[in-house]
Amino acid sequence: MKFGVVVFPGSNCDKDMLHVLGNVMGAQVREIFHKETSIDDFSEKDCIVLPGGFSYGDYLRTGAIARFSPVMNAIIEFANAGGKVLGICNGFQVLCESHLLPGALLRNNNMQYICKNVHLKVETNNTQFTALTQKGSVLEIPIAHGEGRFYCDEKTLQELYANDQVLFKYCDATGNYTEAANPNGSIDNIAGITNKTRNVFGMMPHPERASELAMNNTDGRILFESLLAKAAVV
Amino acid sequence: MNFRAEINVMPHKELLDPQGKAVAAGLHKMNFSDVADVRIGKHLTIKLSAASEAEAKQKIEEACKKLLANPIMESYTFELFSE
Amino acid sequence: MADLTSSLQEATLEQAKELGLLPEEFEKIKQILGRTPNFTELSVYAVMWSEHCSYKNSITYLKKLPRKGKHLLVEAGEENAGLVDVGDGLACAFKIESHNHPSALEPYQGAATGVGGIHRDIFTMGARPICALNSLRFGDLKNDRTKYLLRGVVKGIGDYGNCFGVPTVAGEVYFDPIYQTNPLVNAMSVGIVKTNETVSAIAEGAGNPVYIVGSATGKDGIHGAAFASKDITADSVNDLPAVQVGDPFQEKLLLEASLEVIKTGAVVGMQDMGAAGITCSTSEMSAKGNAGMVIQLDKVPTRQSNMKPWEILLSESQERMLIVVKKGMEASVEAVFEKWDLHCAVIGEVNDSGILEYYMGETLVAKVPAESLVLGGGAPVYQREFSEPPYFEENKQFKIENVAEPKDLKAVAKVLVKSLNIASKKWVFTQYDSMVGVANTSINRPSDAAVVRVQQNSDKALAVTVDCNARYVWANPLVGGQIAVAEAARNIVCSGGDPSAITNCLNFGNPYNPHVYWQFVNALKGMSIACEALGTPVTGGNVSFYNQSTEGGAVFPTPTIGMIGLLNDWKDAMTLNFKNEGDAIYMLGTSRNDISSSEYLVKFHGIEKSSTPYFEMEEEMKLQQTVKKLIASKLIESAHDISEGGLFTTLLESAIVSDLGFDVNAAQNTNIRTDAWLFGESQSRVVVSVSKDKVEEFETLVKDLFPCEYLGTVTKGNLVVNGENFGASQEYKVQYDTALEEVLIG
Repeated sequence: MKFGVVVFPGSNCDKDMLHVLGNVMGAQVREIFHKETSIDDFSEKDCIVLPGGFSYGDYLRTGAIARFSPVMNAIIEFANAGGKVLGICNGFQVLCESHLLPGALLRNNNMQYICKNVHLKVETNNTQFTALTQKGSVLEIPIAHGEGRFYCDEKTLQELYANDQVLFKYCDATGNYTEAANPNGSIDNIAGITNKTRNVFGMMPHPERASELAMNNTDGRILFESLLAKAAVV
Repeated sequence: MNFRAEINVMPHKELLDPQGKAVAAGLHKMNFSDVADVRIGKHLTIKLSAASEAEAKQKIEEACKKLLANPIMESYTFELFSE
Repeated sequence: MADLTSSLQEATLEQAKELGLLPEEFEKIKQILGRTPNFTELSVYAVMWSEHCSYKNSITYLKKLPRKGKHLLVEAGEENAGLVDVGDGLACAFKIESHNHPSALEPYQGAATGVGGIHRDIFTMGARPICALNSLRFGDLKNDRTKYLLRGVVKGIGDYGNCFGVPTVAGEVYFDPIYQTNPLVNAMSVGIVKTNETVSAIAEGAGNPVYIVGSATGKDGIHGAAFASKDITADSVNDLPAVQVGDPFQEKLLLEASLEVIKTGAVVGMQDMGAAGITCSTSEMSAKGNAGMVIQLDKVPTRQSNMKPWEILLSESQERMLIVVKKGMEASVEAVFEKWDLHCAVIGEVNDSGILEYYMGETLVAKVPAESLVLGGGAPVYQREFSEPPYFEENKQFKIENVAEPKDLKAVAKVLVKSLNIASKKWVFTQYDSMVGVANTSINRPSDAAVVRVQQNSDKALAVTVDCNARYVWANPLVGGQIAVAEAARNIVCSGGDPSAITNCLNFGNPYNPHVYWQFVNALKGMSIACEALGTPVTGGNVSFYNQSTEGGAVFPTPTIGMIGLLNDWKDAMTLNFKNEGDAIYMLGTSRNDISSSEYLVKFHGIEKSSTPYFEMEEEMKLQQTVKKLIASKLIESAHDISEGGLFTTLLESAIVSDLGFDVNAAQNTNIRTDAWLFGESQSRVVVSVSKDKVEEFETLVKDLFPCEYLGTVTKGNLVVNGENFGASQEYKVQYDTALEEVLIG
């Protein structure tokens, strides 16, 4: 299995993701520049990662302009063909703007950018991205965003639950979904979701910032390990 | 009397508008090649009551000057409607 | 060649004065040119000979700062920033710079463009910025304008740095009414470059093309010149931007493109454009290479229409670079900028004349010798008068005996924990991305200085810090200047690093005021003493004078010190927090009957005038050697230096990270007052904790190295001092974490 990490103009977690996937996880990985129009060297076993950052400065709306980057048509096709696509932070925002994932990400309810560790409860391990986790377990992973308040309408929300599409929810250290533990005002404390076909994943927190001893936090590793282990099985 | 003010707050024309610039570049890439320039500001709708149109106008002026626009960076225009 | 003098009128002395030049400077220009300059030329001299570009009132003393050190590859002043050898074929470029005046006018854009400017200084040398720091000073936070400034500055730093994608890893924020009118915003960038990929700000090679890249040029930052130009109309005033707008997205692209273009091997020299824009970059690069240039100003991409030649020359528009390219390699350079969707235009050519010729179309609009414009060349150098201010003698009169010791020291502790110069700056730093780059190893491992990996796949790390207790410098510039450097080094050492070098940002009042200049001269003397003693040379920095207002006077003399140190392995870093209940707590250093210039004396007793706390360079050096040995011997669990708020604050900060407490006692039979022991800020002291099984070994080793007091033990829950329970650790933590927000929002 191999990974591709997309570099939009303004992406700034691309190098972090390349480092963690390549150097830390030992996976095969290559950079995909946003002007590439074909990603034919990737098959549906592979995973394309949309990293964090400020694509196109996050001007207008986060992810809005990146969604029209040349490479996005190929990525949408890739996802529709069953290829795995993971969006972290700004990548999640791009996936929502591209309608590969439902909902939208709005300004944090305190109107400030927030960078800190938060706790996440795993809501489902029935995806390739969370396969090795225990449902209900709590991970500590940092967030860093100004526009991470997940929002969707009531109908979409019901669908997310009905199809077991909610991956993570913000919680306190012991796993309670409190308002205080919700850093940005996301609806129902939702921090990450998958699509109906369970091959597109988006989350606001940054697992690549919690995958090494140097960060004194390796809670995020299990997500990359899940992708790699699942791929090995297939 | 009740009024509604439709206010536009825009970056001063001589200032760089990074947002507008990025959006213009985005539009060009999507083949909207006729787009010459984009500038991005804010639109506000404010409902208020006042004894007269003149008073409403004066109140909105003051709100714009004191809070809604930063005179160093932004200029404003507004239209007043009676409701 | 077109005739210069016929194309434009001669400038007048009046105009020279309006541009800030002295009559003798106007004469000097006439001598250099052998004729009267035209207005464009006059503007060029005015901006290059301004304080900001020429350092004319400070260079004499800046040159006396120590510049040589074991780790240095490039000395101060040779490049935009100094270069420190970090081994493995890598070097560190780092620099701090002020953006005080723009931030006072428009805090958000002022701070943002300050961050952008300092990062450009670093990547123009070919280095990729790996972290940013900042040092901020504001007036009384109860004041509404201060709140506005703090919010704006923090958001400006955050929005720019977060988008640009470089983590903000450390900083300091102080509040004092002395900064009410003149806030200080100092930003520092630290970058890493392969030693064989560094780029110099030089122009050489006749025939080589000169490129301008990045943002288009607007009428930014040319107010002074515009009003002196005389042909200003109401319309043209409206065309003048009052502030500069930063575009971090553009800067991110410029960073990637600049680093990529260096790899093509086509770059002869590169310089970012900050103050004085094209004028400064063309003249400094030419002067450095003993070269000249012919520049076509009409080829410069502009944002506004009908820009005059001097407007293009002086514009300080952000996110631009000047690059001299090897002739014949233009295509590879242009391809890189095309890839990153950036403007890239040839605006001229290098020659051997040593003369800068600026054309607008066919018209030669200015012709000046490059060397005559720059620092170290023709720019004037002044010795200013200085004299000791009367307050200095008054400060020395302070005696602790005249201050009654309060009965309730618990009450003092409760005041200090909420003092904004002590309380947590969490509200500030959670708005900065401190983690991007997965390089900052201090996120979940707090230490006195931030420890940052030099590369993502490297064990080698830098310890970085910014420090300056400006009240100490005010109290006694000679000693305060030493303390500023010593404290920075102490923070590096307490984090496990070996101090390498410093950059400084010298924020002072009006240099024409002899009392201010006395502060300047003595603070620099103090810094020199400490830099020599600690082996940490000065690699560069900047001077910001005129931080002064008619009503408030000058700010505290504030020579902010940015320091870097080396660690061979981030795993060798030392943390500041207590680890386990039952660990022994010691204080390295000597308790003294000293409360001078302490936060306690100022905030609790309301006494402003006193001298600096006790400081002695030899003692400081021994302390730092001791801490290094203890860390290397793996005998301590934590190390945290004693600074603002004294011993109590240090213990508190070490305890609350892991929800621990402490039980400590003062030594018996001393004549040290308890308030001085607990809250005094006498220097060269560090609190360490030691696990039970290492106590014996620790005591044996430390005995011969440095004075050391056993204080007590780490506990769960309460803060106990001399048998008295000061309260629960948890309660203090809440107070400490929320004090700033309470004043700001409450």
